[in-house]
Amino acid sequence: MSGKNFKMLSNPFNLQNPVTVQILGICSALAVTVKLKPAIVMGLSVIVVTAFSNLVISWMRNSIPPRIRIIVQLVVVATMVILVDQVLRAFVYDVSKQLSVYVGLIITNCIIMGRLEAFAMGNKPWPSFIDGIGNGIGYAVILIVVATVRELFGSGTLLGFKIVPQAVYDAGYINNGMMIMPTMALILVGVIIWIQRSYFKQLNEKE
Amino acid sequence: MRNFSNTYIYTFSIVMVVIVALLLSLAAMQLKPFQDKNIEVEKKQNILASVHINSTPVDAVDLYSKYITESFVLNNKGEKLEGEDAFKIDLKTEISKPAAQRSLPVFVGTLDNGSKAYIVPLRGKGLWGPIWGYVSLQPDLNTIYGTIFDHQGETPGLGAEITMDWFEKPFTGKTIFKDSTEFVSVKVLKGGAPEGDPHAVDAISGGTITSKALEAMLDTCLVQYKTYFLNNRQ
Repeated sequence: MSGKNFKMLSNPFNLQNPVTVQILGICSALAVTVKLKPAIVMGLSVIVVTAFSNLVISWMRNSIPPRIRIIVQLVVVATMVILVDQVLRAFVYDVSKQLSVYVGLIITNCIIMGRLEAFAMGNKPWPSFIDGIGNGIGYAVILIVVATVRELFGSGTLLGFKIVPQAVYDAGYINNGMMIMPTMALILVGVIIWIQRSYFKQLNEKE
Repeated sequence: MRNFSNTYIYTFSIVMVVIVALLLSLAAMQLKPFQDKNIEVEKKQNILASVHINSTPVDAVDLYSKYITESFVLNNKGEKLEGEDAFKIDLKTEISKPAAQRSLPVFVGTLDNGSKAYIVPLRGKGLWGPIWGYVSLQPDLNTIYGTIFDHQGETPGLGAEITMDWFEKPFTGKTIFKDSTEFVSVKVLKGGAPEGDPHAVDAISGGTITSKALEAMLDTCLVQYKTYFLNNRQ
């Protein structure tokens, strides 16, 4: 992999992160991060959908009539999402139940349409594929960080395993019910953005 | 930018839609057996859970055939209907029929100590979507042995609490008949049920609509079996 391609892959992790810098895909980031497992599966699903939609659209880009390009993009994204949804239902049924409508709502995730319009329509398939994976991972990373904090403090578990020992509960500790509510996910995303911006000054808008 | 003719645009759309349709129907057909299996296993797990038997997706099928020894279908007069498979009955379609034409499934579990439990499925409307569950009764067909509830999309932390142990557990030991003949179901009371009330449990704070919906579901589903319960108690 060339240096340029690697940069495309790694940029969305931090300085071009779709969630914390471009503020896209917030809705699902709030909804599916109560527990770590659904967040990981959601992250993987989005990586698959962005990567393959980018690949397909980039491969067809010269034959797509510009007047109907948004429709074509939607059809491709919707197909990918339905395929992912069907596979989840068949092989990880419990997670698919927890994610419920949010798998279907990947279609409306702005990250995907954004990358198709901004990147895949004007670049070759291989770089587009890498760009899709990079942005998918950028989204997944934020989901996983938020879900780890929420599950640990909200339920005292990680991936369903008990982390906070019973002795701590006996001593009077209780799980933070606030962590289970979507509000707390928004606050956590806010905190991540805050930390990121104070560390990487170049992200701050000029006054 | 290249200029595309209308003919090209139409052809492009048609070809694309046909390819996508083929792809999706192929995927749906290939994956359908796996998905149906998952739904069946989940139903078995729920039925087992209503008689306090914990199962995993792996052992649910074996445990189900071990503990659920009998199942039959009734009409609302309490008469057994022949030739219907209780497990295959879809409550959603039954509820949309007039009361007299409904097929009402009953599952009978034989527990480790040899006593029987009669399991009845429930289905109702929650705040955001359907809620459903199973309630198991002791052989007196009056005392609740266990319950399990589930929902599609009730509010997390509020209405969704109906699936939690703290909500389901108090149902155990409640009775659905007053003075052993008058059907009263089990009420879900806002502000808490009075201590020792045999026909009421605590509602969920902040989940009033789901609590009321669950109460209505218990009432409307159980009352259909009233004649059978009264005539077959032991």
